[in-house]
Amino acid sequence: MAETHEGATRRDFIHVASATMGAVGAACVAWPLIDQMNPAADTLALATTEFDVSGVEEGMAVTIVWRGKPVFVRHRTAKEIEEAGAVDIADLPDPQADGDRAPKPEMLVLVGVCTHLGCVPLGQKATDPRGEWGGWFCPCHGSHYDTSGRIRKGPAPTNLPVPPYEYISDTVIRIG
Amino acid sequence: MSGPNFSNPVVRWIDHRLPVFTFMHHEMHEYPTPKNLNYWWNFGSLAGIVLVIMLLTGIILAMHYTPHVDFAFQSVERIMRDVNHGWLIRYIHANGASFFFIVVYIHIFRGLYYGSYKAPRELLWMLGVVILLLMMATAFMGYVLPWGQMSFWGATVITNLFSAIPGVGEWIVTLLWGGFSVDNPTLNRFFSLHYLLPFVIVGVVVLHIVALHRFGSNNPLGIDVRGKQDSIPFHPYYTVKDAFGLGVFLTIFAAVVFFMPNAMGHPDNYIPANPLVTPAHIVPEWYFLPFYAILRAVPDKLLGVLAMFAAIGVLFILPWLDRSPVRSATFRPLFKIFFWIFAANCVLLTYLGGKPAEGTYVILSRLATVYYFFHFLILLPGLSIFETPKPLPRSISQPVLGSGTAGASKENS
Repeated sequence: MAETHEGATRRDFIHVASATMGAVGAACVAWPLIDQMNPAADTLALATTEFDVSGVEEGMAVTIVWRGKPVFVRHRTAKEIEEAGAVDIADLPDPQADGDRAPKPEMLVLVGVCTHLGCVPLGQKATDPRGEWGGWFCPCHGSHYDTSGRIRKGPAPTNLPVPPYEYISDTVIRIG
Repeated sequence: MSGPNFSNPVVRWIDHRLPVFTFMHHEMHEYPTPKNLNYWWNFGSLAGIVLVIMLLTGIILAMHYTPHVDFAFQSVERIMRDVNHGWLIRYIHANGASFFFIVVYIHIFRGLYYGSYKAPRELLWMLGVVILLLMMATAFMGYVLPWGQMSFWGATVITNLFSAIPGVGEWIVTLLWGGFSVDNPTLNRFFSLHYLLPFVIVGVVVLHIVALHRFGSNNPLGIDVRGKQDSIPFHPYYTVKDAFGLGVFLTIFAAVVFFMPNAMGHPDNYIPANPLVTPAHIVPEWYFLPFYAILRAVPDKLLGVLAMFAAIGVLFILPWLDRSPVRSATFRPLFKIFFWIFAANCVLLTYLGGKPAEGTYVILSRLATVYYFFHFLILLPGLSIFETPKPLPRSISQPVLGSGTAGASKENS
């Protein structure tokens, strides 16, 4: 089919228009096939967890499950709170004040997943190694976290994240 | 080496070392195709596309499905209610099975009408029958997976077919079940095989296409392509025609998926499987009904099962039953009449398979079953001898141009 006009022909237009429609249609079909891998409705329904912190006594740590991940709830001792507050924030790899991480200083709530590659750090049990700063120690690749859950040494790039949570009564927190 | 000349240097570099582009150009672009194919020839490529749709949606459903008797039914309901677009994907898969059979049955009847099974395409035809058998096995096992009442009792009835085999029947059924009834081991292996068999189908489809491309498509006149003037390149002529047919097909398919997704299903399958209660009226999916009618028409367990399998088995030897050298029904006046009687008989069998096995239905089933085999075993060999076919045109071009050679030098590229 020889071109009868300079530049684009009507046939070119039909080709481009059909290909465009085909691409739009394919994208519309592809989206449900991809989106099905996102969390389903029943998974999202389990996205909040409530926990009564009154049973966690001073010096004790409890691990609960939120969205399938461990959440550390640690009732810190006065010494631990003091250590966490005494740090010069500018020296930290991921600077953040202890006060911003624990609304109630004695009750620290953290997502217990190392920010390096996702292992669960040790330090919840009294017999666990807690690293050089007395917080948590990740045995996979040697990251040390302090008593505020902040990264101090090792390959992890950021602090243990604080999950979104609020006190829905004096002693019950709702995570998520 | 006179391959196509690709302008893209990367394509050229790859093609020189791995000639996939030359191969695709040869088989999907320049592939010479008879220029007189009608729309009945759309159903081959359509079947291939439906197979891809089934594979895609099936792999996705397997991401959410749990093959365990305690969780299978709930996991399917979870797909319907909780998984993002899960209802859509499952309805596409469930109705896709029905549409796969619609497309393939039309494809088969097209082959029957135009004599596409005759020399030199016997193996092409037989590979097609193998695909049909694999499809049936796959569809049956897929229907068991939701673990509803029809799943369970369908599995029970169909696996019990093998108990008809003398001597080793009971042993085979126990082997299929992995226990003393249809239970968790059965569900597990059906899931495994339901995932495997579609890929076996893909393999046989590849062989089917290799065999097809050896001599090219048959055509409505049923005569051989004599030269370049009788064929056109597959692309763009048949890619566009197939794409248009695909558009029509997808419109109908989408209408069913969105507006009547359970029309071809059975409501009893939304009741969880109960090994202690059989539903009042057990019916297989519609695409099995003609064979189910043949099974029930024979008043003997073993012979009934044999007749049912023979109904498909007879297709394997069809190229040697129909000895007429003329392929297309267009030039076979008697065959054409009997083809439509045969087609109507198949519709009747489908209808009877869905009716209860009592009274007139049984008698009609027996008559229709006898006619089914009469058509293949007596009528077709007889017609090959007694029928006088109409004169064949000298070439595909002749009926249009008046002469097979006129305008033959004109070539399209």
